[in-house]
Amino acid sequence: MYRYDPYDQKIVDERVAQFGDQTRRYLAGELTDDEFRPLRLQNGLYIQRHAPMLRIAVPYGLLSTAQVRKLAHIARTYDRGYSHVTTRQNFQFNWPELKVVPEILGELATVQMHAIQTSGACIRNITSDPFAGVAGDEYIDPRPWCEVLRQWSTFHPEFAFLPRKFKIAVNGASADRAVIQCHDIGLELKRDAAGGIGFRVLVGGGMGRTPIIGEEISAFVPWQHIITYCEAILRVYNRYGRRDNLYKARIKILVKALGVAEFKRQVEDEWAFGKDGPSTLTEAEVARVAAHFTTPAYETLPAEDAAYVAQRAATPAFAAWARRNVLAHKVPGYAIVVLSLKDPQRAPGDITDAQLDLVADWADAYSFGEVRATHEQNLVLADVKQSELFALWEKARAAGLATPTFGLLTDLICCPGGDFCALANAKSIPIANAIQARFDDLDYLHDIGEIELNISGCMNSCGHHHVGHIGILGVDKNGEEWYQVSLGGSQGNHTSIGKVIGRSFAAAEMPGVISTIIDVYLAQRQAGERFIDTVRRTGLDPFKLGVYGEAAAKERKQHA
Amino acid sequence: MPKLIKNGRVIDDAAAILVLDETQAPEALDLPAGPVFVPFAVWQAHKGQLAGQAGVGVWLDSHENVEELAADLDELPAIALNFPKFTDGRAYSAAALLRTRYGYKGEIRAIGDVLRDQLFFMQRCGFDAFQLKTGKYDDAQLEAAVASLQDFSAPYQAAVDQPEPLFRRAQRAA
Repeated sequence: MYRYDPYDQKIVDERVAQFGDQTRRYLAGELTDDEFRPLRLQNGLYIQRHAPMLRIAVPYGLLSTAQVRKLAHIARTYDRGYSHVTTRQNFQFNWPELKVVPEILGELATVQMHAIQTSGACIRNITSDPFAGVAGDEYIDPRPWCEVLRQWSTFHPEFAFLPRKFKIAVNGASADRAVIQCHDIGLELKRDAAGGIGFRVLVGGGMGRTPIIGEEISAFVPWQHIITYCEAILRVYNRYGRRDNLYKARIKILVKALGVAEFKRQVEDEWAFGKDGPSTLTEAEVARVAAHFTTPAYETLPAEDAAYVAQRAATPAFAAWARRNVLAHKVPGYAIVVLSLKDPQRAPGDITDAQLDLVADWADAYSFGEVRATHEQNLVLADVKQSELFALWEKARAAGLATPTFGLLTDLICCPGGDFCALANAKSIPIANAIQARFDDLDYLHDIGEIELNISGCMNSCGHHHVGHIGILGVDKNGEEWYQVSLGGSQGNHTSIGKVIGRSFAAAEMPGVISTIIDVYLAQRQAGERFIDTVRRTGLDPFKLGVYGEAAAKERKQHA
Repeated sequence: MPKLIKNGRVIDDAAAILVLDETQAPEALDLPAGPVFVPFAVWQAHKGQLAGQAGVGVWLDSHENVEELAADLDELPAIALNFPKFTDGRAYSAAALLRTRYGYKGEIRAIGDVLRDQLFFMQRCGFDAFQLKTGKYDDAQLEAAVASLQDFSAPYQAAVDQPEPLFRRAQRAA
C-alpha cells in the first residue's frame, strides 16, 4: 500500500497544527459556530446527539496493521471502546470530546492517517473496489489511480467550498464493486484499442434526496489527462452549481438541468485550457505511486489445498463460513476473506478495540499486514492462504467476526441513524438488529440467497437505501419514526434506483414486512432467480399485494 | 482606515467599496472621489469616465462572471472579488481564471466575508490582497492571520501560486 514520503507526512503534520489552532480559537470564542463548522467538517468532525463524531479517512479502504492498531488505541483511549466502518470505507468514532480531537489527529498522523475532507462541501475520500489487486475479474488495479487522485484532491484550493459534497469512486474490474454509477464522478478504468489506459467518466450520479444514476460524459479519457479532466468538471460545477438551495446543490442537479450533452460541452470547453498543462500526469509519477502497490510475495501453491477441502467436509460450520465469506483469489491457493461486522448483537459496521487489535494480528499472520474496509461495512483480509483459513476462522469465530452471512439478507448496510446522528429522522440500528433477529436461521438465509438490504435513517442516504434490493428509509411523520420500503434498487453493473412500495410502517412492523416480502419472493421465484431478478421480472405488484393485502391494493389502484 | 493584508503585511488601505442600494441606478450615480472599487454595473455604465483613472477598480459579486471583464482588464489596476459568505467558493475559480486564462497581473483583492482560515486557499488561487471581514479581527489577530498564508509548505496540486504540481516540482522517492 501507499507509504508516505516526507512531503505527504509534512502536509498531514501541518494539518494537525492548523486544526489544533482552529480548535483553540473556537474554544476561545474567536471563531463562531458558523465559522468553525466548515473547518471542522472538512476535518471529519460533526457535532452529534451525544458528542462530536469524528470520521477518519481510510483512502480507498486500505489500512496497514499499524493503522488498525492505532484505531484500536483511539477507540480505547478517546472513545467507548468501539468504532464504526462507514459506507465510504472510512472509520467513525462517536464519543470523542472536541478538545481532544487535535490530539487524536496528532496520534493518527504518526501512522500516516488523518481526517482530511471526510465531510464538508469538498472532494471526499475516494472510494474503490475492496478487492482491488486480488480479484480475478480485474483488468487494471485502481489503487495507484486512487492515490494519484487523493493527492490531487487533498486541499485543492479552488474546490474547498463547492456548492455541496463531491464524491469520486474508481473501479477497474468487470464487476463494479465501487458503486461508480452513484457518484458525482464515477471512473471506470479501461484500455483503448491500442492498449493504453484511460477512464470512462460518469458524472452526476448520487443518492440523497434525489437519487440519480450517473451519465457518461466521456467514453475514454487517457490517463495522462484524468486530473485536468476532473478539474474541468469541478470548475464548471463550482461556478454554476446551485448554491441557493441545499437540496439542489449536488452536481447531479446541474447535469440534469443542462442535460449531459451541454454539460459535457462546457466541461470540454474548459478542459481545452487545462489539457496538456502542468497537471498532466507523467509516467514517472504514476510509476512512483504504482510502485507502492506491489504484488505480495505469493507462494506457489496448488489451486485447491487438500487440507482445506477436508476441513470443510469435517466441520459444517467452517464450510458454511467458507461458502459465504471466502471468495476466489486470482492467485492459486489463496483466498479473499470477508470478516463480517454484522454480528446481530452489535450495530452493523461496529467493531471493538479488542477486535481491531485481533484483526491486525491476523492480518500480520495471514495476509501480508493489510486490511481493507468495504462500503458494505465489513473488513477484508485479501491475501489468505487456503491452508490457513481454518486457523483464521477459529480465531475470527471466537472473536465474533465470522458471522457467515456475507451477501445474505442479514449482511445489511446500515447508517448510524437516530441513535447517533443529528441529521437522522429515525433510528436505523434497532431496525437492522430486529431484522437480523427475525432471520437467524442460516439454512433459511441460504435458501433466500443473495440479497442486499440497505437502511438509511434519513434522506441523506448514507445507508445506500436507494440501491438496496430492499431499501428502508427512516422518515419523520409528526415527530414519530416511520419506515418507507422500496424494492428493486441495485448497485453494481446494473445499478438501479428502488421504487417505494407504498405507505410507511412503524418500527415494530418492520420485521414482519420484510418477512412478507421474502415470502412473496420465495413463492414467486423461478429456478435460479435471485431476489432482485424476481422483482425485476414481476414488478412490485405481487409484493404490494403481499404487504398491503388485496383490499388495500385495490383501493390504491382506484386512487391512483 | 480599513486594513488590508498584502505582500505578507498588514497595511492601511483607503479604497472604498461602493455598494449600490436598491434605489440607486448605476447610470445616475455620482461617483465618489478617491480610491474606490465600483460594482460591475457602475463600471459598465461609466466605463468611459472611469477607465484608466487612478485608484478605480471593479468589484464582482460571486454570481458575476469574470468573462464579462475580459476586455477591460488592461484598464483595471485592481479587481475585487466578493465573498457574500465565506462558504460561497465561486470567487476561487474567478481568481484562478483571471490569472491563468486572462493573464491578469493587477491586484486581486478578496472582500466580503473574508476570514483568516481561508487565506491560504485564496492565495493559492491568485488573490494577493485580503480585506478581512470588517470588525472581525483586532490588530494582533490580523498579524496572526498573516501567518495563515504559510499553513502548508508544499501543496500537492498545481494552482496559481505554484503552477506546477508537486510531482513536477520535487523529486519524490518511490
